[in-house]
Amino acid sequence: MSLPEFWFLLIGVLFTGYFVLEGFDFGVGMLMPILGRGSETRKRVVLNTIGPVWDGNEVWLITAGGALFAAFPEWYASLFSGFYLALLLILVALIVRIVGIEYRSKIDDPRWRAGCDAAIIFGSWVPALAWGLAFANMVHGVKLNEHRQIGGNLLDLLGPYALLGALTTALLFLLHGAVFIALKTGGEVRESVRRIARIVVVPTVIVVLAFALWTQFAHGKGWTWIPLALAVIGLALAAAATLRGRDGWAFTGTALTVAAAIVLLFGALFPYVLPSSIDPSFGLSVDGRVVDGHRTVSASSTHYTLMVMSWCAVIVTPVVLLYQGWTYWVFRKRLTVEQIPPATGLSLQRSAAG
Amino acid sequence: MSVVDISRWQFGITTVYHFMFVPLTIGLAPLVAGMQTAWVVTGKEHWYRLTKFFGKLFMINFALGVATGIVQEFQFGMNWSEYSRFVGDVFGAPLAMEGLVAFFMESTFLGLWIFGWTRLPKLVHLATIWLVAIGVNASAFFIIAANSFMQHPVGAVYNPQTGRAELHSIWQLLTNNTALAAFPHVVAGSFLTAATFVAGIGCWWMVRESRKGRGAPGGPGGGSLRNHAGPSQAPPSDTVDLARDMWRPAARMGMWVIIIAGVALVFTGDVQGKLMFKQQPMKMASAESLCHGQTDPKFSVLTVGTHNNCDSVTHVIEVPGVLPWLAEGKFSGVTLGGVKDLQVSYNEKYGPGDYRPNLFVTYWTFRAMITWAGGSALIALLGLWLTRRGRIPGQRWFGWLSLLVIPTPFLGNSAGWVFTEMGRQPWVVAPNPTGDPHLRMTVQQAVSGNTAGTVLTSLIVFTALYGVLAIVWFFLMRRYVIEGPEEVAAASGQDGAVEKLSFAY
Repeated sequence: MSLPEFWFLLIGVLFTGYFVLEGFDFGVGMLMPILGRGSETRKRVVLNTIGPVWDGNEVWLITAGGALFAAFPEWYASLFSGFYLALLLILVALIVRIVGIEYRSKIDDPRWRAGCDAAIIFGSWVPALAWGLAFANMVHGVKLNEHRQIGGNLLDLLGPYALLGALTTALLFLLHGAVFIALKTGGEVRESVRRIARIVVVPTVIVVLAFALWTQFAHGKGWTWIPLALAVIGLALAAAATLRGRDGWAFTGTALTVAAAIVLLFGALFPYVLPSSIDPSFGLSVDGRVVDGHRTVSASSTHYTLMVMSWCAVIVTPVVLLYQGWTYWVFRKRLTVEQIPPATGLSLQRSAAG
Repeated sequence: MSVVDISRWQFGITTVYHFMFVPLTIGLAPLVAGMQTAWVVTGKEHWYRLTKFFGKLFMINFALGVATGIVQEFQFGMNWSEYSRFVGDVFGAPLAMEGLVAFFMESTFLGLWIFGWTRLPKLVHLATIWLVAIGVNASAFFIIAANSFMQHPVGAVYNPQTGRAELHSIWQLLTNNTALAAFPHVVAGSFLTAATFVAGIGCWWMVRESRKGRGAPGGPGGGSLRNHAGPSQAPPSDTVDLARDMWRPAARMGMWVIIIAGVALVFTGDVQGKLMFKQQPMKMASAESLCHGQTDPKFSVLTVGTHNNCDSVTHVIEVPGVLPWLAEGKFSGVTLGGVKDLQVSYNEKYGPGDYRPNLFVTYWTFRAMITWAGGSALIALLGLWLTRRGRIPGQRWFGWLSLLVIPTPFLGNSAGWVFTEMGRQPWVVAPNPTGDPHLRMTVQQAVSGNTAGTVLTSLIVFTALYGVLAIVWFFLMRRYVIEGPEEVAAASGQDGAVEKLSFAY
């Protein structure tokens, strides 16, 4: 494997890590108002399933962004300047989600909490939809011109394939979040989230299958049938395990599906990183190779940079995986409403007695 | 406005905003770790309460640091795509390393620290906050190394075939003398910020508690306790104990850190200045409103005139000897180029163009940076004097003064970065006088091909969103500072058979 190919793989791994981990974070944010309806304590149980870990999960995206910049600057530059407004929307959503999660408990006031809840809900739904939209467009190809700039407007991003992609990630993260909550909670919250998981699983299977098959037939290769099959197996496992109340297996199933879906998308993309729908030879590829008789544009950094980054990644990534895994181990216990401490936030205004 | 101007405004606003929170995070993490260490070592409850109190303020601040930091990671590609293509091979590496080495560490271990109070053994829990402190400082190193490449490109060559910068030595990039000077300067500035924060809040609370202890707040009764402890005074109450045992040590810890950080700032600033005279003479010439080259020019303290026009500058107050020292460590025999001469020589070297930064901004931000640092020095020297040998000051004006100085290092940090960055204009990658002369790029060449309307949208969205968040941040900080530290819960955690979480959102 050449270094650009290795880095394409590594960026796929970083995004897989991001979506497997943040997928359930988004799902938790989407489900929080539904599961917590009428009960502040239940809401807090749901939110606290990701309490100690959501920030570390999000770093996978930051690192993926940095790795894109380092390994494929052309990809980074064209993609982010081209998907400008879509990315702006994602950034705004991520900002308000962070603030919503962190500041929610700081003030003990229903209006304050309602504001933070709105931020969390917005900040979870929007990226869950928008990432699917962005990745589907990337695989489908964009109006990349000879100046390596993406033309067209926002409406160009809203084709049927891309919209199906958005629906796919949203539903998949919803289910992934539901089985994660089922795994991490006990008592009444677990009971109600399992009911939701059983309802969500049916449309998720249909939509994921439709999107995966469309991807496979339009852009797939021979070997991408394998991740497609794994995605289906993961969903089947999740569905069966949810019905039997085997939370660990259900979560394994959805995690497998999310990972397999990302592998399918990256596999469909390869060797391009950003195909052009105007002219195949304008497309950016991992190393500027000839694809179907067209000489493509190389997106990668130089050999030296890729080597330095490879050493860095090979040494540091296992350590990161080790301590992140340990964090999950430390907070492995199921949460119940009984464990939630009383609200410690201050009142909006200082009481006169204080 | 052109798309370049809008993009520059956006990057300026978002970055200045980000760097409101960052120095407090960088400096406060080790200070909180120090407080917790003091608690673990001495077993004194006061240090535990301080750790919790400043830890909460740290978390409120950290959230916005993270939220505003995300934008930075993507903004290069969004608004400065031509720049990203040009330097990605070099600039991307420290950015990716920052994510891999530092961001993972700080965010993961902060989660462990926040939620791990009763889940982790005491020493392991202490280690988590130290790892956070190391992580935030490591991230500062990587991003400053990246920025230093823009100021003084090293470790890379220009490839005319691809038209891009190519990294040829990561070691040279990470040991860029500009980075090695800037990093300790920024860290010292961050420690100054956090120490002023701790000292300011500590002093304010110390004065408040000691006044409460002496009865009527607002009554006559200033001066330090020891001086005024006469027979007419009420015996020291609980609140005086708090002032003495908790707030005074916290405030003095902050003050000593201010002194150490202040000395480090002066020293590293001097090193950095000397490098800048060599590496970016235009920046320093405009910082001094030095329009014409001169031997042994005087240091300008005050000038009047429209500083964007070299011809109208009138030097009002000047000090001889200082500038040659700042530039080369000598008091005389130093010849410095002026803005006009440099402009002529740059025209010859790099083709026609205006190579002058905004003289007004560089001149005044340089002075503002140094002046604002005086706020911290004031509180440290005054505070150490007023708390000497066990004294507990009760002067109301001192309490208020200590709150008023808290913003000064923030303003100093911003001024310093505005000086550094706007002094680099019009370059986004300033040519290295002793490096590859082709390794250079102006902001005009660096900007993305977006329409002005698109970038204006994001400028408005970010400015409005950040504005609201700044208000929320200030409200929460103020609210929690005024509320003060919580009482230590008496052996909580057990509620029947179910153990409550020590912390939950």
